[in-house]
Amino acid sequence: MPHAVSSSPEQDASANVEDSYMTDAPAAPAEEAEKASNTTDSQPLPTNGATSTLESMFDDDDDDDDDEFSSSAPTKPDEGSQDQPQAQPTSKPKYSSPDILRQFYQRLFPFRWLFQWLNHSATPQPDFQNREFAFVLPGGAYIRYQSFMTADLFRKQCIQMTPERFEVGPQYSVNPRDRKQLRKASAFKPIMKELVFDIDMTDYDPIRTCCSGAAICNKCWQFIIMAVKVVDAALREDFGFQHILWVYSGRRGAHAWISDKRAREMDDTKRRALANYLVLTMGNEQGKRAGIKRPLHPHLDRSLKILNPYFQDTVLADQDPWHSPERAEKLLQLLPDKGLTTALQKKWDSTPDRSSNQKWADIDTAAEAGNLTTLSAKQLVDAKQDIRLEYTYPRLDAEVSKKLNHLLKSPFVVHPGTGRVCVPIDTRTLEDFDPLTVPTVTDLLREIDEWDQNHGSMSDEERAKVQDWQKTSLKGYVEYFRGYVAGLLKEESKGSKRGREEEAQGGAESMEF
Amino acid sequence: MLAVTSAPRIDAKKRAVLDARKRQFAKATWEAEAYPHRLNFYLTPPTGDIALEQFEEWAIARLKVLAELEACPFRNRSPAETEEYMKPVLEKYMRLSSNASRSSEVDAERKRDHYSHWTLRLAFSSTADLRQRFARLEAQLFRLRMQWDDARERRAFIDSLAMSWETVSEEEKAQWRTELKAATRVWGDEEESWFKVAWENVPELVERRQCLLKRGVAYVHVREQSSMVVNEFSRQLESGLELAARFLPRMDEDNRLSPILHHLSQSFVAPDAGYSESSSIGDITTPTAASVDGLSQHFPLCMQNLHRELRKNSHLKHYGRLQYTLFLKGIGLSLQECIVFWRKSFKLIADDKFKSEYLYNIRHSYGDVGGDANRRGRGYTPYSCQKLLTEAPPSSGQPHGCPYRTYAPDNLISLLQNVGVTDRQLLQGVREDVGKQRFHIACNRVFEHAHSGQIKKVKEESLWPASELDTILHPNTYFKRSFLLKNLGKVQAGDLGVDGPGTQRSGDVERMEM
Repeated sequence: MPHAVSSSPEQDASANVEDSYMTDAPAAPAEEAEKASNTTDSQPLPTNGATSTLESMFDDDDDDDDDEFSSSAPTKPDEGSQDQPQAQPTSKPKYSSPDILRQFYQRLFPFRWLFQWLNHSATPQPDFQNREFAFVLPGGAYIRYQSFMTADLFRKQCIQMTPERFEVGPQYSVNPRDRKQLRKASAFKPIMKELVFDIDMTDYDPIRTCCSGAAICNKCWQFIIMAVKVVDAALREDFGFQHILWVYSGRRGAHAWISDKRAREMDDTKRRALANYLVLTMGNEQGKRAGIKRPLHPHLDRSLKILNPYFQDTVLADQDPWHSPERAEKLLQLLPDKGLTTALQKKWDSTPDRSSNQKWADIDTAAEAGNLTTLSAKQLVDAKQDIRLEYTYPRLDAEVSKKLNHLLKSPFVVHPGTGRVCVPIDTRTLEDFDPLTVPTVTDLLREIDEWDQNHGSMSDEERAKVQDWQKTSLKGYVEYFRGYVAGLLKEESKGSKRGREEEAQGGAESMEF
Repeated sequence: MLAVTSAPRIDAKKRAVLDARKRQFAKATWEAEAYPHRLNFYLTPPTGDIALEQFEEWAIARLKVLAELEACPFRNRSPAETEEYMKPVLEKYMRLSSNASRSSEVDAERKRDHYSHWTLRLAFSSTADLRQRFARLEAQLFRLRMQWDDARERRAFIDSLAMSWETVSEEEKAQWRTELKAATRVWGDEEESWFKVAWENVPELVERRQCLLKRGVAYVHVREQSSMVVNEFSRQLESGLELAARFLPRMDEDNRLSPILHHLSQSFVAPDAGYSESSSIGDITTPTAASVDGLSQHFPLCMQNLHRELRKNSHLKHYGRLQYTLFLKGIGLSLQECIVFWRKSFKLIADDKFKSEYLYNIRHSYGDVGGDANRRGRGYTPYSCQKLLTEAPPSSGQPHGCPYRTYAPDNLISLLQNVGVTDRQLLQGVREDVGKQRFHIACNRVFEHAHSGQIKKVKEESLWPASELDTILHPNTYFKRSFLLKNLGKVQAGDLGVDGPGTQRSGDVERMEM
């Protein structure tokens, strides 16, 4: 219990709060239900007001991103709406200190909606109760097979153990905590989990020039935007999934969680098939391509249509991937025509400072000048298409998607390295999402204090209605998530109307939420 | 799967029907069996009453078909040849008329088909190995029959399956034509016909991006349809067999069925391709321990090799002994003579040790000792080429198995040269066969070369029926044919006992000879 752990009076105070009710629990249930149904109607939209507050929040909250992303390019003033970083040399906060995390879990983490999201209902059911959570403790210990009967118990354990982060696994056939009591180990098996995708910037290292490794900037975040668009389109149009939650992974990537019933119940074979449908095998070292067949499959065709504008702007202009002679060598390797490559090589040797954009155009010029030896004009178009795909097509970490029992970091946890909260990304305003302005846990805690100071004149009664997360820049994200979850639950309750015996009961209770 | 026996008995014993599955079967008892289609997915077990004889006979007929089917790839038949070969076999044992034939037998034939499938399902559900083989063969049989089915009846059958596919309408085709063609790789004048299924049903097509996806619906070209049906058949059958395996121990049985089932599965475990009691030469001359050396010139390479190793080391390890003993039993060496043979051969081993460590195994092979089943079955049957070619290869230095398979080509050639096969062209042919893994072809090639003169004579004078010169599939057949050919003048043609498959029943144990 937190009482036993906490030592300072301030924590005692908040522990009392924790004992009495969940901080994100609604003050007035009726009002909350009304609000929720509003958001469901326009789902997965948060209300307009929420979007605007979200934008205004971006104006003043990025004071410490300069030392966080050391190798990132300085943000151009015309590119984002954010101010120049204020020189405010805060001593580097330790994001995963138990004190900070405890406050975060107590006051900010949206346990209620996370619970509903994983439970697919307002009343606890096996979807949540038999689900595995894995905790990563500040000491580095990794505890698997945690499970919780209710959202409240889950919250209590988070506050008590203050995990650096936790990961969400599948629902098992029995409660994961009871797995050792089974006579047959084979009876313990995963039966359901959201379909997940992981896109990580490191996979783009061969084609990005701005950063490498863990670093990220607005230029290379474009790759994530491209990937999200392509994958999102395929999941919706090809597979018919509707409940797709994109989540910023806290540093340099994005996760997708697909909660459609059909997606959750897929076995490994289907997950593998789906993942491989989306994955495009890229050329290996020798530039030998694993033959993309023509005519292009409609999925690739559509993807290429989405990606083409980005190829011009993001890849050729921003990344300029073939500027230096060594890098241009890579482009030549991708062109399977000897005559063409020698002609291009000659040209680029004589005028070394040509940009990628020019070099890309040079290919056609050289081809028209009659330098093609083995390729036909049509084959050249295909080869150029292949190159475009190689430089723009999403690079998924497909292994994550292929296994039902794979664990993935939960949304809304704090990234231990950057302190940023893994917030959901609204795909309708995908272009506006800036990973560098996502609030860190220390920002958020400070914002609560600031709000309290600024609203000193409020009556206690009024003040009690405002929850801590509503005082911070997390508000927009939580509201978006709440709207998303409400949409999911609405769909679920439709599906369960037929078979469920506890339907009447569940229906009554869902009114309360 | 238990319905054959248990369903009618539920009422007899007035058992409380609590189990959902039993209730399901009990209800089915009153349903008249109707077979609207020639093909059958065998989803519901039969529930009517049949005679015990029918139970066995129908299953045996089906088993014969399956065994023939299994032997086809082994005899190196191409799919087309297999089809050609299987047609008369199916016609003979498991005729299934189409609806169009208006045969009065249609229902009876389909009933036989249905019942025999379920009988074999029971018999072959006990081990994973059997289940796998049975499922594979049944799927093969199903595919054959589907190919032969009249196009219209096949369509009707496919439509009757609960596979929820829907043909793509003309409007949709017009709307998506380019996408459909690009996704399913339809070229030129290929049939422009597609159907829709939930994408979960065709994960392998999705994985290879060979179908068009629209909101979770996969548009699949018709050419994939029959393989999808066969896949579905396999899948259903495999899970059905698993289920049967789980229920087998609980089978409510009164000792009438289990011997039959056991017997059926036994004859499937050791498919004695081409072997019969009459492959011994017992009726011509009685082999003795002393004459084995002389006879060994007629042995196929696998047995000659064992014989040479035995003579060289005065010892053979267990599996070599087993293989050789069974072979010797097959050529007609009696148990007594066999014991004498091994006792003399193991000349470095003391009597006590021989008695305690080796004697029992020899007697066991002959069915002289061991459990009831072993004795009634007169021990094991001699190994067929198939068995030798399919079992795990011996660890290094052990001479059992088929040398064409287990030896490296160079070692094999020198082994052949050592036993007197020196013809350069022949050795080259053997090398090619072995390279293509056609081990039994290599062996037959050696045989034909060694007996080319006599075979020619037999053919010219049509002394033997053509089946007697078919590809050799059993070491004992090799021996007997070699022996007979070399002694062509001395043996009267009429005495040949190398019968075709399945025509004789020997003694009280009705072992199926296939």
